[in-house]
Amino acid sequence: MGFGPFLLLAVMEGLVSAAVLALTAVGLSLVFGVMRVVNVAHGAFFMLGALVAWFVAGHVAGPPVWGWLAALVVAPLVVGALAALVDISVLKRLNYEPEAVIVATIGVLYILEQAALMSFGPDARPVAAPFTLRLQLPWFGYSGYKLFVVVAACAVLAGVWLLMARTRFGLLMRATQVDRNTARAFGINVDRVYAGTFALGAALAAVAAVLVVPISQVHYLMGADPLLLAFITVIIGGLGSLRGTLVAALVIGLSDGVISMFWSPTLSKIIATLLVALVLVFRPQGLFGAKA
Amino acid sequence: MITTKKTGLAPSRRSVLMGAGAGLLAGAGLIRPVWAQAAPLKLGFQLHATGIGAGYGRWYQRTADAAVKLINEGGGIAGRPVELVYEDDGTDPKRGAEVVDKLVSQHGCDLVLGTLFSHVVMGSAPRAGELKVPYLVCSEGYHVASGALNRWTLQPGITDVRSQISSMAPWVAGNIGKKVTMVYPDYAFGYDHRDFFTAAIQAQGGEVLAQIAIPPTETSFTRYFPQIPPETEVIYHVMVGPGVLTFVKELGEFYGTGAKPQLFGFIDSLEAVDTATPGLEFLEGSHFWEAHPRVKPADAGEHEAAYRAAVGVDDNGASTGDAADVATYSHMFSTWETLFFIKQAIEAAGYTGPADRQKLVEAMEAISDLPYGIERPQGAKTFNGKTHQAFGVQNISKIEGGKLVKVHTTTIEEGLYPDAVDYTTMAF
Repeated sequence: MGFGPFLLLAVMEGLVSAAVLALTAVGLSLVFGVMRVVNVAHGAFFMLGALVAWFVAGHVAGPPVWGWLAALVVAPLVVGALAALVDISVLKRLNYEPEAVIVATIGVLYILEQAALMSFGPDARPVAAPFTLRLQLPWFGYSGYKLFVVVAACAVLAGVWLLMARTRFGLLMRATQVDRNTARAFGINVDRVYAGTFALGAALAAVAAVLVVPISQVHYLMGADPLLLAFITVIIGGLGSLRGTLVAALVIGLSDGVISMFWSPTLSKIIATLLVALVLVFRPQGLFGAKA
Repeated sequence: MITTKKTGLAPSRRSVLMGAGAGLLAGAGLIRPVWAQAAPLKLGFQLHATGIGAGYGRWYQRTADAAVKLINEGGGIAGRPVELVYEDDGTDPKRGAEVVDKLVSQHGCDLVLGTLFSHVVMGSAPRAGELKVPYLVCSEGYHVASGALNRWTLQPGITDVRSQISSMAPWVAGNIGKKVTMVYPDYAFGYDHRDFFTAAIQAQGGEVLAQIAIPPTETSFTRYFPQIPPETEVIYHVMVGPGVLTFVKELGEFYGTGAKPQLFGFIDSLEAVDTATPGLEFLEGSHFWEAHPRVKPADAGEHEAAYRAAVGVDDNGASTGDAADVATYSHMFSTWETLFFIKQAIEAAGYTGPADRQKLVEAMEAISDLPYGIERPQGAKTFNGKTHQAFGVQNISKIEGGKLVKVHTTTIEEGLYPDAVDYTTMAF
């Protein structure tokens, strides 16, 4: 395979990993931005979304696209509702104390993972892609669905941006983000905004899972890696910054695709981690984060 | 403010009732078949119940339970009933060493068995050696026979990777192709494959064109495929873990309908996975190593049916209760065979308790011939007391119509190699 096709494949792979990163990180970033909550259970919500997708897809008759569409609706609702419940029953009672919240969400992570192991089992299971399209290029073949994930990621990010910038709920979230007490003084029900934000963050993880699961599989431990990568993305981009998350996902994803193909995957992980360290030292608020 | 608490003074009605209930439950637990006053043998089982090995652990537990049921129905071991004590190691080496400790010191087990994942074996065996307790692994790693472990660690129930590969290479070179590209996980298990297969295929006049190591946490594989040289005739793949399905699917997308190399894989890639899963069509016509054919072959041995019934597996290799619950069939027999090996050794040694542990290991080392029978459903074996390793037959299956069909069985001799260690000369 010549240099051109090799680079093309590297860029395609990089774009797909950037899309997956952006999808998983956007919910985490949103929750931290508005609530200042480090949600360690984000990966578990991602896994739960994939699990619900597998369940729903297995119970909807007809072509795979129906099951997948049903999952795209059901999974965020189920996971979002659960997250709202976690917020009201656990996080709120801890007064969103940073340390307590980290420990509590680690607890939620374990509960969800072990519950998945006990109910769903330890095996990896596939979910069929909504459509099978294989692009045959002169040098290699590529999955059409993977490219669809890139488009879908753009749509989801645009949707979140519209929600934040153009809707009343977005306005309330932004007001709460700037100053929780003043927002409350202006009559905003901060508790409800928090529950809504936490649910939205988890629902976004579930949407990401439904999109990603046809190119990987459901497995009860699948949340660990996305969580780590999502944290890296969010730290580099700046916690709470949508634009930062997008840029960081593109940088990490593309460099991962190109470096891991031309050199080695280990080197690309080393560079991503180094980037986190550099950002933390020289620009602790992230590339696009506002100063705390 | 003064509050009076009655706790600890007079028993309340509730606590009396609860106590009585607990007493009843405990009493009920005691009503068991009485074994001629013999204390049970306690065998500790280091189980991958959670973590990356959980898919295997579940079937290891089912198989071991079935073997112990059969042993107990036949009068136990040396007239004593057998009890398995399971402890979860989370498929984690550090926890593994703690589990060995807990099984021996806390539960008072006579020995420990059942570990599959190599890194857990490597992490736990030194502790078993310190505690001077027999440690019987079911892991197929070359670590036992290589001499890396100690006198207390044995592998009597399953062959090791080196033996499996040596007996596969001639068939691969003779039937599929001689120019091979290897794809394997980037850690010890993969390196065993890399080193022994490369040597074995060269001995057959073939060559390995490229060796592609993939980090075990990888979830996307397309980026590695351009490294496969176009003149490759055979892709030898041995991937493990939940990413396997993606690996095969992406390989299919990459090659598509164009010219493609033949595939030869180790069933480890597809243990607990249905070969008819959508997305795996690409595997049609490819070959796999199997220790114990998942789909019952036409020429299966006379004990195959009884073994399948005992462990609850149907003729397709899935659970009799759930066709989607596919067994880890090429590995789980090792727990069964290990338990019968233990029975044989304990009865030969006249083992009565932990003080006889050294005598027990010596009795195990003295065993050499392990004939086919219900004790060894995978096939006859020979045990090498010096290297602490069992040797047996291997099978090659081809995927036809989404099903694994056995096409070849090797002899025990094809899997033999020179001893690398003599554990019997080591101190206890």
